[in-house]
Amino acid sequence: MASGIPRISSSSIPFYRDTRIIAVLVQIVFAIAVMAGCWVLYQNMIAGLARANLLPTFDFLNVPASFPIAESVIPYDPSMSYWQAFVVGLLNTARVALIGIVLATILGIILGIFRLSSNWLLSNVAMAYVEIIRNVPLLLQLIFWFYLTKMFPRVQESIAIGDAIFLHNRGVTLAWPEPTASFASWLWWLVGALLVAVAIYTVRQIQFRRRDRPGVAIPYAILGWMVIAGVGYVLTTVITGTAPAVLVFPELQRFNFIGGATVTASFAALVVGLVIYTAVYIGEIVRSGILAVSKGQREAARALGLTQGQTLRLVIFPQALRIMIPPMTSQYLNLTKNSSLAVAIAYPDLFYIANTINNQTGQAVPVIVMLMVSYLSASLFTSLLMNWYNRRIQLVER
Amino acid sequence: MRRSLMVPLAAALSLIIAACGGAPAAPTAAPEAPTTAPAPTAAPAAPAATTGRLEAITARGTVICGVNNNPLPGFASVDASGVYSGFDVDFCKAVAAALFDDPSKVEYRPLSSQDRFTALQTGEIDVLIRNSTWTLGRDGDVGLDWSPTTFYDGQGMMVRKDSGITSINDMDGATICVQTGTTTELNLADVFRAKGLTFQPVVFPDGDQTRSAYDAGQCDGFTTDKSGLVSSITLLSNPADHQILSDTMSKEPLGPSVLQGDPKWADAVNWITFATFQAEEYGITSANLAEFSASEVPEIRRFLGIEGELGKGVGLSNDFAARVIKHVGNYAEIYNRNLGPDTPFNLPRGLNALYTEGGLLYSPPFR
Amino acid sequence: MVTDGATARIPSPDIQRMVTWVRANLFSTWYNAVITIVLVYGLISALVGLAGWVAQAQGWPAAFTNMKLILAWTYPNDQIWRPQLAVLFVAALLGLSAGVWRGVVQLVAIGAALTAGILAVPAIGLPEFAGMVGLPSWLALATSVALLLLGIPIGRRAGGWLRWVLIIAWITAYPIVILIVRGGIGLPVVETKLWGGLMLTLLLAISGIVLSFPIGVALALGRRSRLPIIRIFCIAYIELIRGVPLVTVLYMGSLLLPLFLPGGESVDQFIRAMVAVTLFSAAYLAENVRGGLQALPAGQTEAARALGLNVVQTTFLITLPQALRAIVPLLVGQSIGLFKDTSLVVIVGLIDLLGAAQNVVGQPDWLGTPGGVWRETFLVIAALYWVFSFTMSRVSKRIEDSFAKSRH
Repeated sequence: MASGIPRISSSSIPFYRDTRIIAVLVQIVFAIAVMAGCWVLYQNMIAGLARANLLPTFDFLNVPASFPIAESVIPYDPSMSYWQAFVVGLLNTARVALIGIVLATILGIILGIFRLSSNWLLSNVAMAYVEIIRNVPLLLQLIFWFYLTKMFPRVQESIAIGDAIFLHNRGVTLAWPEPTASFASWLWWLVGALLVAVAIYTVRQIQFRRRDRPGVAIPYAILGWMVIAGVGYVLTTVITGTAPAVLVFPELQRFNFIGGATVTASFAALVVGLVIYTAVYIGEIVRSGILAVSKGQREAARALGLTQGQTLRLVIFPQALRIMIPPMTSQYLNLTKNSSLAVAIAYPDLFYIANTINNQTGQAVPVIVMLMVSYLSASLFTSLLMNWYNRRIQLVER
Repeated sequence: MRRSLMVPLAAALSLIIAACGGAPAAPTAAPEAPTTAPAPTAAPAAPAATTGRLEAITARGTVICGVNNNPLPGFASVDASGVYSGFDVDFCKAVAAALFDDPSKVEYRPLSSQDRFTALQTGEIDVLIRNSTWTLGRDGDVGLDWSPTTFYDGQGMMVRKDSGITSINDMDGATICVQTGTTTELNLADVFRAKGLTFQPVVFPDGDQTRSAYDAGQCDGFTTDKSGLVSSITLLSNPADHQILSDTMSKEPLGPSVLQGDPKWADAVNWITFATFQAEEYGITSANLAEFSASEVPEIRRFLGIEGELGKGVGLSNDFAARVIKHVGNYAEIYNRNLGPDTPFNLPRGLNALYTEGGLLYSPPFR
Repeated sequence: MVTDGATARIPSPDIQRMVTWVRANLFSTWYNAVITIVLVYGLISALVGLAGWVAQAQGWPAAFTNMKLILAWTYPNDQIWRPQLAVLFVAALLGLSAGVWRGVVQLVAIGAALTAGILAVPAIGLPEFAGMVGLPSWLALATSVALLLLGIPIGRRAGGWLRWVLIIAWITAYPIVILIVRGGIGLPVVETKLWGGLMLTLLLAISGIVLSFPIGVALALGRRSRLPIIRIFCIAYIELIRGVPLVTVLYMGSLLLPLFLPGGESVDQFIRAMVAVTLFSAAYLAENVRGGLQALPAGQTEAARALGLNVVQTTFLITLPQALRAIVPLLVGQSIGLFKDTSLVVIVGLIDLLGAAQNVVGQPDWLGTPGGVWRETFLVIAALYWVFSFTMSRVSKRIEDSFAKSRH
């Protein structure tokens, strides 16, 4: 790169031996080389696409997509545009990533604690889990889980758990609350409850700080939210005469269950696979985070009379958290990126939909650009969020 | 912390790339996005003007034929020892028989639905005989030339017999398995929309996966070309439990295709295909070819290359039709060998009968 | 686990120790006791269930009769000796190098020998492939184990000349392996279309690591460069690649690469995947190398400069060698990751180990098997993947430990 930078030998240096000038020249040559390379590739590409009559354009985005999508967070039908289909994919990826991150974190923390358990058997079972999962490719695991869903009975012969849960080879159908006419009025109660919760949280935080005692404010806030929301639910029911939401039980029609919510087999396999795989890495982060908190801290906490649970919750974990946040961020990003493997098990995520759009339109370049920009923005967004959180907990310590 | 600075930079760069990459560079034609074109992963090779494809094949001594990579019993499948067989494969052999008097001079290239046309465009294969539908878009934008249709197909629907479904109209609310990257998923959506029915799609990128999901009962229906359904049914764990509905959702004329811009090669493939139709019309089979060779009927003598120079005009030997019949047989023989009553498929000829028998197969005169 | 019945007759101090151990590690508190009992019950029932299933499962023949497809896919049977030769060549090189350099290299060689040894045992039961020209699989594996282990004493005894022969051999090893497997110069060409299975997985992973190495090092140096344009370019490249999933890079490779070439020549699918894997791996490698460079004490550079070395000399003679040595465990880890990640090429249509297994599962021959053969087949290839990555991860761990020791 910076080749040919010579030693300074005399006070009057010829320009070709002046490091600064050479540095500038090297960079200019580099920039020209990169741009020329890109330009040649770009020209070749455009020439090739022109011959195939497929010059890149984003015009196709407004054309009706006309292909069906298996599941969607927002309403979608084939008469909607390619752009809307793309958004469906984006939201499907976001859904898997969010649910996956929450579950993987929970399982990962449990796993990390198990790994450190004083129970020899428990820590070794946890280690065996880690070693098995970590050394087998994720894609193979996902395909395995997806094949497993085929072992369940057909819809007509579902395994029923009460009237509320039905397991079959197309997924899981659950009883699900559906909003009724009075839901809108209850919504106001929910908003109010949220405000109250925030208030409780702030007040508790201030109290903790004033008394100089560590404590966790979130449970109080959640409790407050639940009480207000509950009272609101009852009052709305009494005043309007209808409950704001009713639990709809699924009913087996000719082909499928109607009513309730269905988690498709693809989605279930994807979430299970991603969570089991990512939890291993999160577990290792949790373990090393806890180990990194010095032994003195633990002993001091015990000496102060805190129980083992309190020590873990109030002393060890808050400190370990600071070490854990940066590697956690990259695991969350990995999970999001790994969700693109959904294409192998028919879950319509971002990559899957982009692939279909490209297949139908032949517009490879715009589709790839949209795909890359989406994943990069997701990475950027997650990094920013985690950096913000990281900075916040770093401050708490001082 | 350094990383957090870099990520926006990367995003900015990607936006720049996006801006350049997306700029339409041609002022002349802003093409409407073709809605059914497959992904052209490479540009078509410039038509070989100097030496034609036919000369190149003759010099090479083998013809390179693109076939289906997913096993499609009856049309193209490969056994454990690597021997290809099937309806499509027999047409590959017919081309080799006509050119080299030897049906084994074929090199098979298994191709996926996504790279089949690219392989033609880049000159990797000479002819594509891989149950590909002739459409305007593919003839135009994708730059292919289609030979006469060898199999008139249409999209169909397979269901379980015990489901009580007798037509697509019974399928409101059903879950349907379909493969992506094909015209099939578009037709499916169109047909259901036109009928005002709803359905729950389960879409796979791979034909095998689609079939296996249907087989496991993850879908109520499985849709693809009827020819594909017919061969899929033999790959289900319990073929007797399934039936193909009589509804046809689309027109799918399947036939050999070659790259546009080489009329001589296209003519050769066309007339090799027609020869199989014509042979059936005359009643010439591989078994009775010798008797016909002794025929005094001028039409037949010309057809078999005993007199006249018919083959020369399309760059083939004069007895090319006789070679095809000798090694591969006429259309009826090809059909019956792969799909007829003696095969597990037992597929009625339907539209794939001669025009004299109510079908659509019609060869222009050989003269 | 250790239970009373079998150990009752062991002399008393041992029992004493065992009892203390069990009490301390399994029954220290009441909830630990509960956990232990629940786990023992759970483990026993799981193992009994698994063993029962393994014994009665009917799908095992699927993987074993199709082992040729799983290992080498449609690579011609009469040419099988060539991939085998390539493996033996690398094994011999690694064995000799282990003797010459010892330390880390020896750990890698022993790890490789272990992997091959473990795989050789079940390979004894494999059926012969029809028309195969080459060694039976178990013999090929056993020979490579022998070469690996015999190489160590030979390498140790040989003179310094061997060192130079080996360096040259290693530099040319990658092209030689590709030449043996692909052909050319006298050998009949086996097109990459016919490659697949475990062979493709390994070749792709090795290509990715080998080819991404120079690019990754250049990117790492560029990222630390004082020249802003070069630095920004490297940062942009690294973060761009690290921000997107491997699938999208593979997808780009398979769609865009042919377009980038003039005249739209067709690019082999294997090459497309290889380029994508290389470009992807380079970005991650760059970050590892950068970590190694950053961890070096500044005194190293300063001392080198004080001795009168210029920037290039300092980098290539002082800092880079130290940084690379320090990140060997990370590189082994990255190789394992890449080995597993190559399974994604299935999505762009290549038939690797996973692809071959999926193909076997879909064969019509197994339609009659109740429940299908997917569990058995996927378990077999999961075990293959596992043996490779697990032994190499142990090697990486050992290297890390030996470094940690030498530092103190």
